Amino acid sequence: MSLAQPNTDTNAPALDVERVRGDFPALHQQVHGKPLVYLDNAATSQKPQAVLDTIDDYYRRYNANVHRGLHQLAELATQAYEQARIKVARFLNAPDARQVVFTRGCTEAINLVAAAWGKANLKAGDVVLVSEMEHHSNIVPWQLVAEATGATVKPIPFDDRGVLLLDAYEKLLSEGAKMVAVTAVSNSLGTINPIGRIVDLAHNAGAVVMADAAQAVPHMAVDVTAWDADFVAFSGHKVFGPTGIGALYGKAELLDAMPPYHGGGEMIEQVKFTGTTFAQPPAKFEAGTPNIAGAIALGAAIDYVQAIGFDAITAHEKQLLDYGTAALQSVDGLKLIGAAPDKAAVFSFTLDGIHPYDMSPVLDHEAVAIRTGHHCTQPVMDRFGIPATVRASAAFYNTTDEIDKLIAALEKVKTIFA
Amino acid sequence: MPALDGMTIDDITTGFEFLGDWEQRFSYLLDLGKKLPPFLETDRIEGNKVHGCQSQVWLVAHVVTHNGKMRIEFQAVSDAHIVNGLIAILMTIYNGKTPAEMLAIDSQAIFNRLDLEQHLSPTRRNGLHAMVQRIQKLATEHA
Repeated sequence: MSLAQPNTDTNAPALDVERVRGDFPALHQQVHGKPLVYLDNAATSQKPQAVLDTIDDYYRRYNANVHRGLHQLAELATQAYEQARIKVARFLNAPDARQVVFTRGCTEAINLVAAAWGKANLKAGDVVLVSEMEHHSNIVPWQLVAEATGATVKPIPFDDRGVLLLDAYEKLLSEGAKMVAVTAVSNSLGTINPIGRIVDLAHNAGAVVMADAAQAVPHMAVDVTAWDADFVAFSGHKVFGPTGIGALYGKAELLDAMPPYHGGGEMIEQVKFTGTTFAQPPAKFEAGTPNIAGAIALGAAIDYVQAIGFDAITAHEKQLLDYGTAALQSVDGLKLIGAAPDKAAVFSFTLDGIHPYDMSPVLDHEAVAIRTGHHCTQPVMDRFGIPATVRASAAFYNTTDEIDKLIAALEKVKTIFA
Repeated sequence: MPALDGMTIDDITTGFEFLGDWEQRFSYLLDLGKKLPPFLETDRIEGNKVHGCQSQVWLVAHVVTHNGKMRIEFQAVSDAHIVNGLIAILMTIYNGKTPAEMLAIDSQAIFNRLDLEQHLSPTRRNGLHAMVQRIQKLATEHA
């Protein structure tokens, strides 16, 4: 699927890293007396001033509940909230904004599908396929619904490089599957999965696909129409927006047929003690007062990213990936975990004889922010027989100079633990 | 019975005070960890694990009666070097004490004096507290 590949077009407009860094206040600070090197973007991204301003402006000027009030502020808030939905729809190339449901994040979006779609469609003996590289948030919701319905959850394996085994996937599909839950980009390995191909195979076998795009949207243009995916979810905070907001895209006929997830205000058509009827999607899935400021600020984050453009972003990040891979491979005893040919700028690694948890305080003291742990992908750690990795993950505002600082910090780790 | 080559917590505190910068203290902590007595491979089992630590920690304890006094001896190990350094400090503080002595120890004050906690991540602090809780629980059970 060409849309999911990093763009390496040499004609892509170059990214002015210093200029974009200027837009992110959090990047300009000292940690332990040294300039911060923020390489924990797969956990969460920093926020541009435009996003901060949008939140501030909302609360100062037009804070009101959406869809309900008939006053000026409520009107402004509703317009901005619905405008944000349109921005998300365009960002994902969704046919219609009504197919975008605002959620608290990617995790809630997946839980919504697992609970609502799963409850209506899964029964005893049915199979849900999840890739072995999924984040726990695209495994556990399926285990929960499987337990409730009697369905089973089976893993799709990957090879030593971290590439999904499509042959094994096709075989599993041929044995019968109702749902395929798979990530577009692995948070711990960086693997970019061929979602379009995965969807084609699933549809041929009569299965529905839930694509987790949390790690994809900050790095590449995601096109849900080209993917033909049935459900796609992402989190706002990973794409330079605030925490506590995310979105679910779903095919219209699937969203229409699904029962509600949460009950409450906003999601109803009529409430009577003799029976309640529900609103149309997306309102059916947005019970209660939503994260209005979050949604509007997510819209601002999307505007910001699109103004830079994914051609420039993917070209710059490909450079970081190539530079970082070569630099890390030159560190004695360092083993990169995840070597897929199609990869985002995520570097998971171990160092011979040094526990990942021993590395993190040294890296922190060198002001290098990385993540240590299993990254909510314990099956991936089990697959490689390791307890944890150190993960450095880049965004478009990172530089090769920062990768040099990571390497220098790793050399320090080695000196200390020698 | 002190834990490590007759080292006392005052020795460690003096050692820390003598070392100026973070890196030297860090190396000193690692050296302490290297002095832990060998831990039996057969004791590295699920039942001996201390939960709440990011890295793996195993802890075994037994009660010895010496001169009519009951004392608790324990041993622990981790797969992370820094944690072994913290275990060494905990052993120096707690090991071989009577349950009443153990419960009277203010380990927080000791760690504050070592000025160590600010260099540990919050999650690692939780792990340290999980180990302290396990030790205090042992003491309570035998008190």
